[in-house]
Formats: sequence, C-alpha cells, structure tokens
Amino acid sequence: MVFGLANPDRFMRFTRPLMPVVWAAAVGLLLAGTWLSFTAPEDYQQLDTVRIMFVHVPAAWLGLAAYVALGVSSFFALVFRHPLADAAARAAALPGAVFTALALATGSLWGKPMWGAWWVWDARLTSVVVLFLFYVAYMALRAAIDDEAKAARAAAVLGLVGLVNLPIVKFSVDWWNTLHQPASLLRAEGPSMTAAHLTPLLVMGLAYMMLFTALWLTDIRTEVRRRRVLTMRARAAQEA
Amino acid sequence: MSAGRVLLKRELSLAWGGGGGPLLACGFFLALTAIVPLAAGGDPRVLQPVAGGIAWIALALASLLSLERLFERDFEDGALDLLALGPLPLEAVFAVKALAQWLAIGLPLAVAAPVAAIALGADPGWAPLILGSALLGSLGFAFTGALGAALALGSKRGGLLIAVVVLPLFIPPVIFGAGALEQALTGLSPWPALALLGATPCSPWR
Amino acid sequence: MDIANGSHMIGRLCIDDLGLSRGERVLFHGLSVDLDAGEALALTGANGAGKTSLLRAIAGFIRPDAGAVRFSEGPGAEIEPETARARHIHLLGHLEGLKGARTAREELAFQTAWCGRGGIDSAVEALGLAPLLDLETRKLSAGQRRRLSLARLIAAPRALWLLDEPLAPLDARWRAVATQLMQDHLAGGGMVIAAVHDPLDLPCHTLDVGAAS
Repeated sequence: MVFGLANPDRFMRFTRPLMPVVWAAAVGLLLAGTWLSFTAPEDYQQLDTVRIMFVHVPAAWLGLAAYVALGVSSFFALVFRHPLADAAARAAALPGAVFTALALATGSLWGKPMWGAWWVWDARLTSVVVLFLFYVAYMALRAAIDDEAKAARAAAVLGLVGLVNLPIVKFSVDWWNTLHQPASLLRAEGPSMTAAHLTPLLVMGLAYMMLFTALWLTDIRTEVRRRRVLTMRARAAQEA
Repeated sequence: MSAGRVLLKRELSLAWGGGGGPLLACGFFLALTAIVPLAAGGDPRVLQPVAGGIAWIALALASLLSLERLFERDFEDGALDLLALGPLPLEAVFAVKALAQWLAIGLPLAVAAPVAAIALGADPGWAPLILGSALLGSLGFAFTGALGAALALGSKRGGLLIAVVVLPLFIPPVIFGAGALEQALTGLSPWPALALLGATPCSPWR
Repeated sequence: MDIANGSHMIGRLCIDDLGLSRGERVLFHGLSVDLDAGEALALTGANGAGKTSLLRAIAGFIRPDAGAVRFSEGPGAEIEPETARARHIHLLGHLEGLKGARTAREELAFQTAWCGRGGIDSAVEALGLAPLLDLETRKLSAGQRRRLSLARLIAAPRALWLLDEPLAPLDARWRAVATQLMQDHLAGGGMVIAAVHDPLDLPCHTLDVGAAS
C-alpha cells in the first residue's frame, strides 16, 4: 500500500479525492474545538488562562509529530532515494516549525500569569526550543544548496540525524535541569484534568492533526506538480 | 527606477534567497541565546543581570553571518566587474550592499534581540530601549562588517579571517550599546551612549 | 540602433604608449592603438599574452604601468574614464557574473537596468532566450549563459563593447547571430574590441598583443 503510493502518479490520483475531505474535517474540527474551548468552564485555579492550553498543548504535540514525519520521510528518501519521500520530508518542515513556534509563543503567554515570567529555562521548554532549532536548521540547509538533488540528500541526512538526536537532546536537557534546579517557581503541572477540559483538548488535538495532514498533503501535491513544471521547462530549454 | 534601488532590490533578493537572510540569522541568534542557560544554568538570578549583555554578544556574532559572501560571491563569479561598470561609484555600491545586509540580517536580529533578552530574564519594560539600541548597533555592525568583508576579499579563508578583522571593530558598538542599557538600568540617561552608537555606522568613512 | 546613451557617446578611443604587467611579469609596453566610431579591433596572441589584461585596463580595472587610455566624444571633447566606465562601456569576460539561484529573466532585467535603460524584449528575441527566461541560470549550458550575457549588450546600449572570447562557447548558428549583432553595433556607430583565437567574421583591425612588447 505505502510502496504502491510511492509512484507519484498513483499518489496524485489517490490523494486527489481525499483533499476536500481532509480539509473539511480540519476546518470542521477546528471550529468545533474552538467553540468547545471557549465554552469549557474556567479552571478554579488558572481561571480563563486555562484556555491557552487548548492551543498550546496540541501545537506542541504536532510540533513533535511533524518532526517524526519529517525524520521518517527522510529515512525513506535516503534509503529508497524516492522523490516523493523527499517531498514529504520537505513538506513537513514548515508546518512543523510553525506549530512549534506556536507552542513556544503560547507557552510564553501562559507562563506569564502562571509563573510570573515570560520565559523559564526548564527542561521541557528548552527541549521545545531545540526542536524548533532543528526545524530552522533543516529549512536553512535545504534552502542554502542550489542543486536540488544535493539539497535533498543533505537535508535527508540532517532530518534523520535530528530524529535520532531528539531523544538524546531531551535526555541531556533533563539531566541539565536536575543539575541546575531553577529557582523557586511553580511547577507547570496544574491539578489533574477534568473531563470538561479533556474533551476540548482532545478535539483540538484531532483538529490540529487533520490540519497538519491537509497542509502536508497539499504541499506534497504542489511539490509533485512543481517538479513536473521544472522538467517540462528544462526540456523546452534543451530544444531551444 | 534609480540605479540604487535596482541594486538594492537585487541584493535583497540574493540575501533572502538561498536560505540566507532572516531565517539563518535568527536561527543562529536563537541557538546562541538558548545555549547560554544550558552552559551557565537556568537560574534567573544568574541570567537576569547579564541578559542584555548576552543579547549583545549574540547580536555581534550573528551579524558576522553571511559577511563572507557579501563581496566574495560577486568577486568569484565576475559580477563585481558588472557592478563596477554601473552608474554608481563603488563607494555607493558598498553602501547599498551594506544596507541590504542590514535589512536582511541586522533588522530581523534587532527585532529578535528584545525577545532573547526577555527570555534570559530582562525586564520587559526595557524592550523598547533594547530594540532601539540593537537597531543602531546592528547598523554599525553591518557597515563595519562590510568593510572587513571587502578587505578580506580574495583571501581563501574568508569566514574566520573576517571575524578576526571585524570583531575588534565591533567593540565600540558593543560598548555603547550595552552601555546604554547599563546606564538606563542605573537610572542615568541612555541618550549619550545611544548617540555615540548611532555614529558607528559612519566608521568605514572615517 | 540608437547607442547614444544620454546626450553624448564615445567617438574615439586612444590607447597611448600603454604598458601593462601582471605581478612581476611585464606583459607589453609601448602599445598604441586608436579606434574610431564604427570600427572593430580583434586582439590576438597566445594564451597569457595579456589580451584579457588589456581589456580590463581599457575598462579601467587595472592601473597601467605607463601610458593611458583616453576616450573622447570628438576632437577636443574628452570623456573622463569614470564617466566612460559608468555609461559607455560593456565588458563581457569569461566569468559572466550570473547568479545561479536567480532566473535568467531576473538576471537580464537587473543587468539591463544597471547598465542603462531599455526593454529586454528585442534582446530576448534576437538571442532566442524566450524559453530560457524562467530557468535558474545555473541550469543553463555554457552557450546559453553566453547568449544571456550577450543579450545585455543589446538591451542596454553602450558604445564600447569589450569582449573576451565572445564566441567561444557558442555553436555555429549562434556565432553567426552574435557576429551579426556586432556588425549592427558597428553600423550604428559603436565600437568593438574583442579578444579572439579564431578571426572575427567581420571587417576589423587586428592587434597581436604578444608581438607588441
């Protein structure tokens, strides 16, 4: 199934009818999730600020999930040298970076009322910053090499190295954090979650997942088309 | 369209294209900022007093980025001949290229500087001052940096050579910029230091 | 073809007792040539004789050991070398100054706007560049790159063309086209100085650079 889809033509044919469905699901779930987020009761401790969680937590999930998609696609691009896998890795980078940046920004907004500071260098936040840097590195490397085939190979190696390194970074940052205990600050974990908050969170998580899928597939399809145009142009130039 | 604008447009397109420009500069800046607490410890009591200073060090180092290619790429591919045959004197070409360097690298860095300083524990109230001083400082870095890049032209070890040539020239902007923050912090007026900082972009012509 | 860029143009070029060296090595000395509007000069000589250096000295990029290069509009109306460089000279060297990541259209538009004013359309047509315009220049072959560079000479009219092996990467068809473009330029009162290995297929003076010393 997966390998059958590796043929760009078959991939285009298969995903074409899927696109409206995926987009509709993404938009519908986002609307539902937003509505649920705003109608959820206030938290007895965090009051209204708890709603930031419904944006923040799914964004962090997807930031990580997109990197996994990028890394796994890079693996396939590297091992099977397949252009579609390369397009998939490339297409995951920008949405992933945006989700991660969103998680960082909303985390900062949340941190101010919760911890009294816009930013705290704790293990989890620092790991997310490093994840964001991985995305930046991937995109920068990709853009910096003019030759697309070379850029694809270099980026695939980096994506794979990043995937392997993420747990190591996570571990080392945790170790760093126990080494330097941050000064007296509230812990991030609030009281355990009630169903009233869990439902909107899960709906938003699903919405983000659909949104990422929609963006991802759209970008891959665009990339396949772009490469076709490039091929045609090169052919026209050869005849000129 | 005037020749200066034609050249500026091309320089910006070259600086933004190819993954250079704001993305690279801000990525480097962010990585530097993130590595400080990892090395020195995340305790705000340690970080807060030096937050402004660290932001300035990061700004200076990030400003070195892509200086190497500023003139080198035009020298290697022959475009410098074309630029020399244009309507602008070479001094004006230099100024336009340095300005493009600032717009593509310095400006995004200056905008990122207050964010980095606040992340390191600076008081958000200082953000406008940090932004203002970083804008002036990065302009100074761009012009003195371009001077170093022009001098190192044709050498085979561009990057490090430029850093060695240029970093000593970066000392005045760093002193005045960090000095403005320091003086504001101790309740003095930051304006004299800012005025001196504003004069540093003129240094290539002194 | 209207070459008059602004109110005046180069009518005469005098190379007077010129001496050039590269590093420690003297390339030639006592070289004197005059060239009038509508005339072409072919520079011949072995590799390393100093053809490229002479072209760069005329453009003002190399300071000569002795002698001078003078431009004038007509008798008694000298043009400053800076003005000549800024308005009247095209130099087309081995390195074409094309940016690999930019498209042919972007590069041609920039070079044309930088060297003068004028549309690129007629040049694009003359050199058959239309199918190449949207390609990034690093994807062009050597001949295609040369045609793109020649297009700037047509699109931004300037009186004096300094060409370094202009025809070398071109095939027979495009050599003929480029030669015709040079002839048109001469007919319009322009000047051409070209470093060549094969003789130019147009009426021109010839200077053996190696023999000048």
